[in-house]
Amino acid sequence: MKQPLFTGTLVHLAAPDPERGAEAIARWSLDSEYHRLQDNNPARPLLSKRLREEMAQEEPRDQAFVFAIHTLSDDSLIGFVDIDITQWIHGDAFVGIAIGERDYWDKGYGTDAMRVMLRYAFTELNLHRVSLSVFEYNPRALRSYKKAGFVVEGRLRQWINREGRYWDLIFMGILREEWLAQTRNG
Amino acid sequence: MIDTPLFEGLLIRLGPIDPERDAEVFARWTHDVEYLHLSGDAPVRPLSVAQAHKKLDQMTKDAEKSHRELHFAIRKNEDDRLVGLTQLQRIQWSGGAAQISLGIGAPEDRGQGFGSEALRLMLRYAFSELNLHRLEAIACEYNTRAIRFLERAGFSVEVRRRQALHRGSKRWDLLHMGLLREEWVSAVRNPNARGFQLL
Repeated sequence: MKQPLFTGTLVHLAAPDPERGAEAIARWSLDSEYHRLQDNNPARPLLSKRLREEMAQEEPRDQAFVFAIHTLSDDSLIGFVDIDITQWIHGDAFVGIAIGERDYWDKGYGTDAMRVMLRYAFTELNLHRVSLSVFEYNPRALRSYKKAGFVVEGRLRQWINREGRYWDLIFMGILREEWLAQTRNG
Repeated sequence: MIDTPLFEGLLIRLGPIDPERDAEVFARWTHDVEYLHLSGDAPVRPLSVAQAHKKLDQMTKDAEKSHRELHFAIRKNEDDRLVGLTQLQRIQWSGGAAQISLGIGAPEDRGQGFGSEALRLMLRYAFSELNLHRLEAIACEYNTRAIRFLERAGFSVEVRRRQALHRGSKRWDLLHMGLLREEWVSAVRNPNARGFQLL
């Protein structure tokens, strides 16, 4: 095929490797800012050994697809992206993405990985729409998702408490027809 | 003040699910397409009494293990009969957000105030026992009765996920509705506030 399914312009997606993945996630788990941008649970340091065991045991499931994000230039592991389909019949899924390596923040790597994931969602999984949620205090992610074609569909008020105050959880979505239109227009 | 009955209403009360005892009624509800389309996004799948027993068993065990959900049976005071289920799920303890759901199973038990009373008890439980900060309820746009019911209790629409539900060969929006603790508190204190009917 002319356009390999897992390749973008800056990154390619691959199966998570327990060895490399565990080392990276354990290291990222000590980065408080990273944690707060990507997860709502209280931060806790994670042990690489345990992560490796967990990742090695994980079987591919029909309801969740997890990919490692690697750079095209030197194959560095820089983050993860996953898509969760709670009910296939509705054609809706939630996508989550995180770039753990700070050197690759704000340079288009996450947006590129999201574009590859959207193509996978619409042309391989045949979904009707893709959803995501993002914390109000993460404007960089919000910009990236808008660039990838998502639109804001609302916000759960005061959903998370960080640094002594409440913040909204913003919901975004992209419909298959919107994705097709933007793909056709380049 | 500290002897407020948390689980007892005038018509119904909240109690634990008893998988063995409740399986038969629960299995009957799984044959009601309308109820299932109103109460969730799962494909309709009728269950035998044995399957229903297993499912309720698993549900209560998972809830206990996760520490992030609570399930209650809604029983009629008069005859102790199971009339519905209500849940708090995805509880985020550090921020105080959770999802709430509620359903009255049999058509003849609806419209009698059981749901309103159960919701009133659940809101008080969520806000004044669990000390949660906000609740979210998800309803499909075709479920106008649920939307009105939640609005009367003070919930407002916060998110509209376009075409997220595919039912009856049509695409429908999913509405996420929210209620903040402070909205609940002011409605409880002020009898003229919107939502008083349910508090």
